[in-house]
Amino acid sequence: MIAYRPSRAPAYAALAFLVVALTAGFLPVLGMGLEQGLSGLDPYVFRVLRFTLLQAGLSTLLSLALGLPLARALARQSSFPGRGLLLQLLNLPLALPAIVVIIGVIEVYGARGWLGGLFDIYGLQGILLAHVFFNVPLAARLILSDLERIPAESWKLSAQLGLGPRAIWRLVEWPAVRSGVAGAALLVFLLCASSFAVVLTLGGGPRATTLEVAIYQSLRSDFDPQRASMLALVQLALCATLALIAQAWGGLAAGWPMLRLQPKRYDGRSMTSRLLDGGIVALAILLLLPPLVALAGAGLFHINPSALLLRALATSIGLGAASAALAFAVVWPLAVLAVRSGAWRKVATIAVLASWIVPPAALATGWFISLIAYAGMTGLAAFLVIAMNALMSLPFVARVLMPALAQSAEGHDRLCMSLGLSGWSRFRLVELPVVKRAIGLSLVMALILSLGDLTAISLFGTQDFVTLPALIYRQMGSYRFDEAIGTALVLSALVLAFSTLARRWSGRQ
Amino acid sequence: MIRLDDVTFRYEDLQMRFDVDFPSVSFTAVIGPSGGGKSTLLNLIAGFEAPEQGRVLIAGADVTALPPDRRPVSMIFQDNNVFAHLDLWQNVAIGIAPSLKLDAGQRKRVDAALAGVGLGALMRRKPGEVSGGERQRVAVARALVRDRPVLLLDEPFAALGPALRRDMLDLVKSMQQARGLTVVMVTHQPEDALAAASHTAYLENGRILALRSTAELFAARDLPGLEAYLGDWRSTGL
Repeated sequence: MIAYRPSRAPAYAALAFLVVALTAGFLPVLGMGLEQGLSGLDPYVFRVLRFTLLQAGLSTLLSLALGLPLARALARQSSFPGRGLLLQLLNLPLALPAIVVIIGVIEVYGARGWLGGLFDIYGLQGILLAHVFFNVPLAARLILSDLERIPAESWKLSAQLGLGPRAIWRLVEWPAVRSGVAGAALLVFLLCASSFAVVLTLGGGPRATTLEVAIYQSLRSDFDPQRASMLALVQLALCATLALIAQAWGGLAAGWPMLRLQPKRYDGRSMTSRLLDGGIVALAILLLLPPLVALAGAGLFHINPSALLLRALATSIGLGAASAALAFAVVWPLAVLAVRSGAWRKVATIAVLASWIVPPAALATGWFISLIAYAGMTGLAAFLVIAMNALMSLPFVARVLMPALAQSAEGHDRLCMSLGLSGWSRFRLVELPVVKRAIGLSLVMALILSLGDLTAISLFGTQDFVTLPALIYRQMGSYRFDEAIGTALVLSALVLAFSTLARRWSGRQ
Repeated sequence: MIRLDDVTFRYEDLQMRFDVDFPSVSFTAVIGPSGGGKSTLLNLIAGFEAPEQGRVLIAGADVTALPPDRRPVSMIFQDNNVFAHLDLWQNVAIGIAPSLKLDAGQRKRVDAALAGVGLGALMRRKPGEVSGGERQRVAVARALVRDRPVLLLDEPFAALGPALRRDMLDLVKSMQQARGLTVVMVTHQPEDALAAASHTAYLENGRILALRSTAELFAARDLPGLEAYLGDWRSTGL
């Protein structure tokens, strides 16, 4: 059958952008790394790698140790007052920018916090605490969605056979979540191994630093591009390995779990089960709620609408909008072809995955080296931040756009060809009405990611080029923590407003 | 044998009311339009749903407050009757002891039940390695070893082809007669009722409008809903 062939010129432009951006990041790093050879792999690099793996491994273990029982408790107790609210609460840490959550964690567990002294917040303990805060909800939501997929008959059968909690765990629950637990563990490990904001703010000097942050420090504090490129190579190898394992595993979590109608359960009615589940839920609430409450409570009194805050707000929104537009401009032409041709689908998958395997700090190192001659050029920093944020959001934009476009192609291609409808008029009359919600959703998601970014802005920002997360970090660093809380609240309000919009759009799709 | 004493139950917009006595040691088919409450009827007997009002009695004993595992009932569903990572033998054995720790006599019973449904040679396979019909046979074998006087079937063979479905019905029918079971089977196929059931109930909008011998029910002219439900089938099928 003759298939509809959209124009390929925009796709080649998008690919050209990706190739230039990635090679400009990768080649100088590789060149400088090879030049040093093995001598570059000094004990410092190994120490940083060791800590990166250690904190990511411990964070993963702790997140699953609470996330798995939490998911089981929420699945087993399928109706209790406040369950819906609790599920909403689980979404919050994932929607909020890392720097905002860190402010909340410090406000509660920091030296002068409500629970000050409970943990040593600067160093490994603080890093683990913040990572657990983000990843317990993530792991719980992913595993919960596996548990909710168990067919109703399995619960009826278990009830009729009189299976106890241990037999149900062994026969029904564990087989259903086994692969999901492995996938969640891998995802959490990947996120923690490349986490930037948490380690930057809570890490304590060279003893508690990760590859991502060490690269930043080599570039911005020590002006040592050689060390940065060595670290970047190690980080690249680590991320590529993890991404390949994940890919072989059948991909990481396939999209955000949707709430579905829950089959009725007959177990978990005994007093012991209820107490156990209640205890785990209470523990999760104790972990999640205080930092969020502290942020909202203390932030309200410290919003200072200074000129600097307003400028940072405008810069954040401007950069976010630009990087969302750029990400869309890259993904759209590729996606339009990918839904109609197997070859282009491969190209698009590789392009999107490549942008994701290359960790931002490693990419930045290359760009830094490439563009060192042009440093200080006005506009260059802004463009680099926009480009980096756009690259980071490509997978999310693609995940939203592809299914919508595939549906549109399947439904309309033959009719459009028979009517001779193509190009702009086809886009306006046929594509746009069908996919406009997906377009909106993908733009908002890219915008949210960019609004929360601290990595790119830390690497390329300057004294006068400040976004909200950078402003928060700066206020924290200059002992104006109260102002930082106020700024964090402004940023969270902004992000939550956009994510509410996104949720509404995705819900109706 | 199974008596629903003025049982009421509400699901979404459908208010159901069952007042019925299923004859002892018999095979009753339940037919009727989708969404009328056929599965709910079985769920109430098995204890998967609790009535708002009324009582459920089995063999004269009030079981309304009993949990599913303490009722003298086995149930076979249309799908998902097996645990995917236990082999067929274990899937039957779990009907005797959830711990799977069986003594020699119990093991013999499991072997015999599997042989009885024609799965003797496949007992070490996993459910994923056998056909859909064979998985349903596992459920029948488990019902055999559980040896409860009441057997409920919820469209158990709907996914099978005509010949296989007939085989399975014959299997359940002979089991019902050999063990003296009381069987209630929900089905969408009138010919299933004709092939296996001594009695047939017609259920519509949450009410059992008739429970008669199968021949009488299919010959009835006093049930307009049944006429519409069966449609052309009656003129061509009989």
